[in-house]
Amino acid sequence: MSATAERAANYVVLAVLSLFALGPIVIILAEAFGPQGLSGTGAFHPENFATAWTQGRFGDYMATSVVVALIVVSLATVLSVLSGYAFGTMTFRGSTALFYLFLAGIMVPTEAFIVPLFFDLRTVGLTNTVWGIAMPQVAQSVAFGTYWMRTYFRSADRSIIEAAQLDGAGTLRLLWSVLVPVARPAIVTLVLLTFMWTWNEFLIPLVMSPNGQLRTAPLGLAFFQGQYTQGTTLLAAAAVLVALPVVVVYLFLQRHFIRGMLDGAVRE
Amino acid sequence: MAAAAQASAPVAVERERSSRRRRAPLRRRALPYALIAPALAVYGVFLLYPLGRAVQISFYDWDGLTLGTFTGLSNYVDVVADPALRAAFGHALVLIVFFSAVPTLIGLVLAAVLVRGRVRGLPVFRTVVFLPQVIAMVVVAVAWRRIYAPDGTLNTVLEGVGLGALTRTWLGDYATALPAVGVIGTWVSTGLVTVLLMAGMARVPDQLYEAASLDGAGGVRAFFAITLPAVRGEITVALTLTIIAALKTFDLVYVTTGGGPGTSTTVPSYEVYRRAFELGQVGSAAAVGIVLTLLIFVINLGVNRIGERGER
Repeated sequence: MSATAERAANYVVLAVLSLFALGPIVIILAEAFGPQGLSGTGAFHPENFATAWTQGRFGDYMATSVVVALIVVSLATVLSVLSGYAFGTMTFRGSTALFYLFLAGIMVPTEAFIVPLFFDLRTVGLTNTVWGIAMPQVAQSVAFGTYWMRTYFRSADRSIIEAAQLDGAGTLRLLWSVLVPVARPAIVTLVLLTFMWTWNEFLIPLVMSPNGQLRTAPLGLAFFQGQYTQGTTLLAAAAVLVALPVVVVYLFLQRHFIRGMLDGAVRE
Repeated sequence: MAAAAQASAPVAVERERSSRRRRAPLRRRALPYALIAPALAVYGVFLLYPLGRAVQISFYDWDGLTLGTFTGLSNYVDVVADPALRAAFGHALVLIVFFSAVPTLIGLVLAAVLVRGRVRGLPVFRTVVFLPQVIAMVVVAVAWRRIYAPDGTLNTVLEGVGLGALTRTWLGDYATALPAVGVIGTWVSTGLVTVLLMAGMARVPDQLYEAASLDGAGGVRAFFAITLPAVRGEITVALTLTIIAALKTFDLVYVTTGGGPGTSTTVPSYEVYRRAFELGQVGSAAAVGIVLTLLIFVINLGVNRIGERGER
């Protein structure tokens, strides 16, 4: 095979896989902008998004999603930086066992603990609240975040860490003023991944809000699909709205997403 | 500023140090535990404790309302004996083929072609093929439902190319529903696996391939002799990630088929939800969840063990 033919074959491979990846996305976008019903005409109807937004009550759902994401991301990040700092830079009795305890949490599927958690949270009145939806996800994110920040702090410049450790009393202050700024790329990746996982989560908000008053955006979409079976245009528009926040952040900060999801998977 | 402070007050610092030295050891020893405590508290209360409770509940016959009765291992026996549960785990195996095996094979070939051939536009390509990973599964499911619908894209295309005889309700047909759900998994995983393998292959030095071609090895021989062993670690990671994703499939089935037609697409995750919150078989649901967890741990350890052994 000549060099040009080989290069052409490579571009064909690129194009085919890109089309395969983009196809369903293009289909849903085309449908979202398309005319409603059989009587509609034209191919560009941005007003579909406004209609879907109001008809499907996505204002409420998005607001719930934002509140849950804010709680999960902020709490999980702070707790993970603290624990990751301890695991990554300090030697103490039981550190290995405790770390493996956190590591196990990355593998435990939601399905394993969600059932008893629902009954327990119902007993204490936390179901149908944002906290009932958020806290289990904080726990899951903290398991990954501890692993992630520990890996970062272990590889970080020893001299900076030693400077931070020199004086016990100042450890926390130095962590915030010296280490956290240096660790910003790792923390940004953690924040983005946690945001994506929380925004896209389905099972936990489904179980934790049995009366349906609090729905996150993906849950609202599933419910919208069940309700408006005839209106595929509005369903497509709603689907685009639900996916949009994460996709926009991904397009701007994709290096963080790709590196985070690949590195995060590589256990030591 | 820190340096100035140090220089101006050495005596004060020294005095402060010596007074603190007696307390410091205990304080320093307690510090790591104090740093871990908040994370461990949340993790313990909202994940570890309910996980332990799930183990406990799995030994009971409990409907979620009245008092449960202890039934020993019978919920676990059901995982093997109950045809519905056995089928659910069987479906998960089929999904593993679509989520994991197929994308890894496709990814290996594509990554090998793309890394060796000097093509432009790889960063854009990477962004595009990774996109399915960041889209909420519910949105993915809605999009693919349109593709598989009776008047959807797939049937339109088939009719367009003269294969109208093949058209059907893809998600409503006993024969095609499970593979149709599987293909969605292939769509989600392939980009991730390809990007992962490309990163691994990019690290293989060009001289190795040059030496191989001097020795008369063709592209295929070089792939098996050089590329494949070099990316063993990446293959391990790809398999672990995608197998676990296949085993944890819930939202995809919930939105596309609801387990149907009949029970032809139910999976363990879906059974956990259905049994706990629709059928009132909480003990059975807990047992399925625990079995799922054990499976994930075993696969994780197993795949990693195989990967490590190959590296030696």
